Amino acid sequence: MNSPADWGLPLGAPTPGASFSDLLESLGLSPRWEVPDSPVRDLGAPEATTVLASRYRGGVVIGGDRQATEGHLIAHRRMRKVYPSDRMSAVAVAGTAGLALEMVRLFCVELEHYEKIEGAMLSLEGKANFLSRLVRSQLPLAFRGLAVVPLFAGYDPNSEQGRVYTFDVVGGRYEEHNYGAAGSGAIQARAFLRTAWEREMTETEAVEKVVAALVAAADVDVATGGPDLRRGILPNLAVIDAEGVREVSEEYLAEVARSSLGGSR
Amino acid sequence: MNPSFYVTPEQLVRDRAEFARKGIARGRSIVAMEYREGILMLAENPGAALHKISEVYDRIAFAGVGRYNEFETLRKAGIRQADVMGYLYSRDDVTALGLATAFSQTLGVIFSHETKPFEVELLICELGRNGQPNHMLQVSYDGTLVDERGVLAIGGKADLLGGALRERFTEDLELDAAIRLGMEVFAETENRPLDGWEGAVLEEGSARRCFRRLADAELESLSAQLPS
Repeated sequence: MNSPADWGLPLGAPTPGASFSDLLESLGLSPRWEVPDSPVRDLGAPEATTVLASRYRGGVVIGGDRQATEGHLIAHRRMRKVYPSDRMSAVAVAGTAGLALEMVRLFCVELEHYEKIEGAMLSLEGKANFLSRLVRSQLPLAFRGLAVVPLFAGYDPNSEQGRVYTFDVVGGRYEEHNYGAAGSGAIQARAFLRTAWEREMTETEAVEKVVAALVAAADVDVATGGPDLRRGILPNLAVIDAEGVREVSEEYLAEVARSSLGGSR
Repeated sequence: MNPSFYVTPEQLVRDRAEFARKGIARGRSIVAMEYREGILMLAENPGAALHKISEVYDRIAFAGVGRYNEFETLRKAGIRQADVMGYLYSRDDVTALGLATAFSQTLGVIFSHETKPFEVELLICELGRNGQPNHMLQVSYDGTLVDERGVLAIGGKADLLGGALRERFTEDLELDAAIRLGMEVFAETENRPLDGWEGAVLEEGSARRCFRRLADAELESLSAQLPS
């Protein structure tokens, strides 16, 4: 019973003080996974597949399919992989689904916590750097085959443009000039965007092309779930521009998906 | 060894309370009131950089009067508590009452155990969910917790402000009318030229986070319409 902090509110804080994950660490509450040293058998943890983001004139579009697989089975058909992380950015994840969702949750709270404590938002670069730290902390798990690879996109008010960041399993952070993708269908999605992408495209065109790239990825990669109009399963897409982040409505996506599915037949 | 003098608990509490009240009276007061779409918090604040009112959680706001470094410490502690609770359980499990109780406990312990009590008064507001009533809670320097409806004032002139406001307050005011009423009451109570405003609202919108700061220009233009 030395200080008031022992009784009630966390008055003291870890340095630098605005980081939520450091606070959890200091309270002994940060997420922890103990992994045995022996080679891991296939746990059968569901994996999330293709996500991608593309810049356009005035902003950035980020999207992902809805399928999670467990080996060669479909674990979830309506998983959500794209999340607005604050007013000006969104994050999408591929890899071991459970770990990825936890990472997103922590990331979103971290951004909001910083903003509330400091009274100002982190810069876009600052957010990307922090996400890279979260990925790096998962490295021991990645060695066991439980990798998480996020994709980060946001609008940068300083440079007045949308920006896309991709990551690798060791926490490497790469800013993409035009578009980026992660997950099992990433190669196909990138291959599609390589020919379709244009610097001066509008938001509408960018949304159409991202959906088409997901359709292209699903066409070749079995783990990626394309738009399923019969079941009403559509990809998640978010658009971020100077106004902030907003999700693309399902009705509109259904329309776009119908036309791009028609084109791929 | 120093000779230690016996001080009765009554005397100790009286001295400490007087000390805290004096400190609080030096600062400026804050009012909060319910209006049609939510809760308004309004303060006289000459500086634009240091805020007295801030966001704590999705539907919860915090305001503090008194010593800046002390309520700032408490504000940050409140945000930490709220974010940890919301992360460990669910966002719905963070409530104004839970937070206010934590503030009250902490302040109560500081009041009786630390070298000097905190010279602060706090206001915790929560916007009710799905038609549930709003909460407006006041936490005093000694941990006293008060729950109010309609209007609430904290600070040195809290009684005067609160009384004047309660007399003229009506339910379902528009935001502009509520701000104007708050400014008028400040002007009448303070009896001196007021310099600068800080205002924020908790209001229902499409976003999860209901806290919104009022733009200085908006407050200035309303302030200019006041009868001088």
